[in-house]
Amino acid sequence: MRWGIVQFPGSLDDRDAWYALCRVMGAEATLLWHRQRELGGVQCVVLPGGFSYGDYLRCGAIARFAPIMESVTRFAAQGGLVLGICNGFQILCESGLLPGALVRNQGLSFICERVWLRVENAQTPFTGLGRPGELWRLPIKHGEGRYVVSGAELARLEQRGQIVLRYVDSAGRAGPDANPNGSLNSIAGVCNERFNVFGLMPHPEHAVEKLLGGEDGLKLFRSIEAHLA
Amino acid sequence: MLVKVFITPKEEILDPAGRAVAQALRSLGLEQVESVKVGKYLVLRLEVASPAQALQAAAKACEQLLANPLTEDYRYEVEPE
Repeated sequence: MRWGIVQFPGSLDDRDAWYALCRVMGAEATLLWHRQRELGGVQCVVLPGGFSYGDYLRCGAIARFAPIMESVTRFAAQGGLVLGICNGFQILCESGLLPGALVRNQGLSFICERVWLRVENAQTPFTGLGRPGELWRLPIKHGEGRYVVSGAELARLEQRGQIVLRYVDSAGRAGPDANPNGSLNSIAGVCNERFNVFGLMPHPEHAVEKLLGGEDGLKLFRSIEAHLA
Repeated sequence: MLVKVFITPKEEILDPAGRAVAQALRSLGLEQVESVKVGKYLVLRLEVASPAQALQAAAKACEQLLANPLTEDYRYEVEPE
């Protein structure tokens, strides 16, 4: 399979994603410049972390208007797999490809730390190699990661299993002490209704080797690979 | 024509920045401060023939880019230069 990694002005983790996919996993990945209109036949599009367009106005608000986003939206509508990490998650919410929005962390601080996540739904293309309830250890690094959504939509997301990852403590319990940014229901990652678009605040591409402090991020990328195989 | 746009976090969205500023104002001795909302203020200069056209442009700008309807409220004023 071939991966496509979108580069916006201000993207930071595009090359980390490329390193994880190509160097660590031995996959094939292309960098896609934001002005491009073609995705070049890739099977999964990654919107990486960073500060696209300086995060001016709101995180992800301006990236939504990049020429390549038209293609990404079309690709998603056709059932193509789209993964948004951190700023990519914010872009997907701003584009309307995912429900909800990401606002300033409850504690106002930028948070850079390793967190525990619980796999809530292991039947998605993004988590298929995980088990339900499995704990993943991934880093987060964001100032605007508090997931919010209307009450009615939140109930629908929970009911349909669209909450894929939740912040928990090392024993797998969710709660205010294990919720780094104040996200509603400790939500760390959500899928769209069709389960082909996934956004998460934690960074799987920063957890792909023991040297980086863990390899749990590979489970996510390998799940996608397995799903498409 | 000038369009002045005011954007604030929605009532139901926790505004930690507003809360921190409110606390600081109380520390300043302004104990009558009940709450603060921290938002954005934008001034758009438009080349249009009428205030109606400016209002139309302002509505589109707010709905489609300047504010996120899930998390923010907005209002705007049109003012001749």
